[in-house]
Amino acid sequence: MDRTPVADADVCIVGAGPAGGLVAHRLAESGAAVVVLEAGPRFDGDRREQLEQHVRPGLDGPWEMGGPRDAFSSSGESFYPLNAARVKGVGGSTLHWQGMVMRLHERDFELDTRHGVGADWPVGYGDLRPHYAAAEREFGVAGAADNPYAPPRDEPYPLPAFRPSHSDSIFAEACERLGIDMHSVGNARNSEPYDDRSPCVGYGTCKPVCPSGAKYTAESHVEKAEAAGARVIDRARVRRLEHDEAGERVVAAAYTTPDGETHRQEATQFVLACGGVENVRLLLLSDSDRYPDGLANSSGAVGRYFMDHLFAGMGGRLDRPTRQNHVGFNTSECHQFYDDADPVNGLKLEFLNYAGPSPVIDALHADTWGDDLLDQLDESYGTHVSMGALVEQLPREDNYVGLDRETTDDLGDPVPEIHWSVDEQTEAALSRANEIQARVLDELGVEDRWTVGPDETGPAYHHMGTTRMGDDPESSVVDAECRAHDLDNLWISGSSVFPTGGAMNPTLTIAALSLRLAESLRAQLG
Amino acid sequence: MRLTRRDALAVLAGLGVTGGAVSLTQFDPPTADSTGKEGGSTGEDGASGDDTPPTAVRDTMAAAAEVVYPSAAEGVSEFVETYVVGRARDDSRRAAMVDAATELDDVARDWEGAAFADLPAADRDRLLRELGVDAADPVPDGTLSERLRFHVVNELLYAFYASPTGGRLVGIENPIGHPGGAESYRRATMDEPETTDSGGETDG
Repeated sequence: MDRTPVADADVCIVGAGPAGGLVAHRLAESGAAVVVLEAGPRFDGDRREQLEQHVRPGLDGPWEMGGPRDAFSSSGESFYPLNAARVKGVGGSTLHWQGMVMRLHERDFELDTRHGVGADWPVGYGDLRPHYAAAEREFGVAGAADNPYAPPRDEPYPLPAFRPSHSDSIFAEACERLGIDMHSVGNARNSEPYDDRSPCVGYGTCKPVCPSGAKYTAESHVEKAEAAGARVIDRARVRRLEHDEAGERVVAAAYTTPDGETHRQEATQFVLACGGVENVRLLLLSDSDRYPDGLANSSGAVGRYFMDHLFAGMGGRLDRPTRQNHVGFNTSECHQFYDDADPVNGLKLEFLNYAGPSPVIDALHADTWGDDLLDQLDESYGTHVSMGALVEQLPREDNYVGLDRETTDDLGDPVPEIHWSVDEQTEAALSRANEIQARVLDELGVEDRWTVGPDETGPAYHHMGTTRMGDDPESSVVDAECRAHDLDNLWISGSSVFPTGGAMNPTLTIAALSLRLAESLRAQLG
Repeated sequence: MRLTRRDALAVLAGLGVTGGAVSLTQFDPPTADSTGKEGGSTGEDGASGDDTPPTAVRDTMAAAAEVVYPSAAEGVSEFVETYVVGRARDDSRRAAMVDAATELDDVARDWEGAAFADLPAADRDRLLRELGVDAADPVPDGTLSERLRFHVVNELLYAFYASPTGGRLVGIENPIGHPGGAESYRRATMDEPETTDSGGETDG
C-alpha cells in the first residue's frame, strides 16, 4: 500500500477514531483535501473472527493492543491499565466501546460557577445543543424522551429506544417502591436498520466487538470521508509535529510507516484526534527550542488534569430467573442523582443486562465437562442481577499524562506515563453510589452480594482533560473552538479538551465538539 | 434434548462459516450415492473433499463430544459431524484440529490398544483427564494437553453451549456468540424451541 504523503493537503488529521473520523467526513464533504494518519491498522476481516477471539480463551485479543508499539508506564497510586482502555486502528476506541451515549448536563459546563469546584467550560450546553442533535443523527442513536433528568432537547432520537429488559422489570418493582426513577438510555446501536447498517441481532458481545455492525463505530465516518475524497493512511505512526520558524503554525507531521520509512505530511491545518493520552504524548514529543516544554504547552497544562470516570457496582442473586447475557448493552439507567450537590461529583446508575457469568464462557474455562459441567453451569447462571454506576472525577493537576523518558517504544520514542490516583472526594461519591445501589438490592432481597466501591473501583476507560479548553491561554491549551492558543492552525478534537468530565459516557460529547470544530475549521479554510 | 444439524449450522454462522450459501445438504456426510460425483468423492481416508477431515478425525471428535457433552444430549454424532466439517473450512483451524484429534487417537491406541472412538465412554473420559486436558489452559500451539483442550474439548464445548439448544439446557436460548435476535432479553421465560430440522440456508 502507498503510504507516502498527500500533496497539497488542506487538512491533516492524526487519528481515525470518532473525533478524527467525523471531522474528516465533514471537511472532505465540504471539498477540503483531507488526509488522515492512523497509527493502527484497518481491521477489514470478518468481525466474527474477533468475536471468537474475545470469547475463546487461548486466542489473542481482537484488537492487537499491548505490543511494543503500545508500551506505557503507570506511576500513580492507582495502576492504569491503558492498553485495555483504548484501540489503535481505523475506528479507534469505538471498535471496542459499549456504545452508550448521552448528553452532558447543563451543570457540567459550569461546575465552578455553580459549586466552586472543577472548572467552567468556555462553552455552554446551549452552544453544544445543536451539535449534540447532529451527533445523534450521525451515530444513529436509539433513545426515548422518557428521561426527566436529561437536559432539554428539541427533536426525537433518530431511532426508537431498545425496549426494557426483563431484568429491568425486576429492578422496576423495587425502584418504584423506593421512588427511584428508571428511564431509557441512549444507545449508539441500531434498533432498526440505519445508515446501511444492520439492526442488533443479539450476538451479546457488544464490548469488545459487534459482528453485525449494529453498534456504531467510527469506521462508518472514515469510510464516508474516503468516499468524499479523503485519503486515510493506516499504520502511519505520527511521531512529531514540526512548526515554522516563528512558532506560529504547524507545518508538517512526521510519521513512520511499517517499512521503517519516515515521511513528512504537510498541510494547511492540523487536527490532533488520537485520544486523551496520545494527543499529549505527541505534543510533548514535538518539543523544540521555541517550545522546550512541548507544543501548545505555554500554559503548562498539556497532560495535566487527567480524568476518568470511576465504576461503582453491586450485585448478587435472586431466587428467580433474571435472563442475563442475551445482549451486551443496557436498556435502563437512572440519572436522578446526577445533579446532586452532596457530593458534588456527578453520578449515574446503570441496570446491567449482563450480570453474572455467561454459560458458554464459563464452560470454556471450566476444569471439567459432561454432567459435572452442566451442574456447575446450572448453579452459576440464571439468577444474577447487578447495578453499575459511573462517578465523576474532578480535575486535579497532580493527575497527569507525561512522558517516561526512561522507557521507549519500538521506534525509540519515550512512552506515555499515566500518573493517576483516586481522591477522597471521588471515593465519597463512589460510596454514595453504593448506598443507593444497596437500597435497591435490599428492597429486591438480593443475596450473595458483592460490591465494587472505593477500595475496588477501577476506571471506565474514558480519557479526559489533558488538553483542556478555556478562554485563558495561561491556564488552558485550546480555546472554545478547540484551536490551540499557541498555534494558529493546530486543533484538538476529542475528550482531552474536556475541562471537567461529568459522569456521562463521553463519546457523544466528543462527537458534538468534533462537529463544532469542523465548522470552525472549515471557516478558516475559506 | 436433541441437537440438530441446524444447531451446528447456527454456531458455524455465528463464527462466520457461511460462505453466503451454507446449507444443510452441503454438510451431509458422504454417502455411497455421492461417491464419484464432483465434490462428493470419498478418498481412502474417508474424506469427502479437500477441506473435509478424515473419517477417523470426525469419529474421534464425535467420541470426545459424547463425554464432553451432558448425558442429556442426543443427536451428538450428527451435530458434531456437521460442525467439524464446517469448522474445517477455516484453513487456520483445520490442520491443527486434525492433528490434535489424530494425536488423541494415537495416544488411545498406544495406551489403551484401541482407537479413541472405540473405547467405552468412561475410558475416553479417563484418558482425557489422565492427559491433563481438564486442567490444561487452552493453547492453540501448546503442549498436547493444551492443544487437546483448545482444538478438541473447547471446540466442542463452544459448539454446544453457543448453540441455541445447548444454551437452553442451562436456561438461555440466545447464548453469547449466537445471533438470536434482540427480543429474547425482554422475555421472562424461554420461548418454545423450534422442533423441526428442516433444510435450507441460514445466515444467522
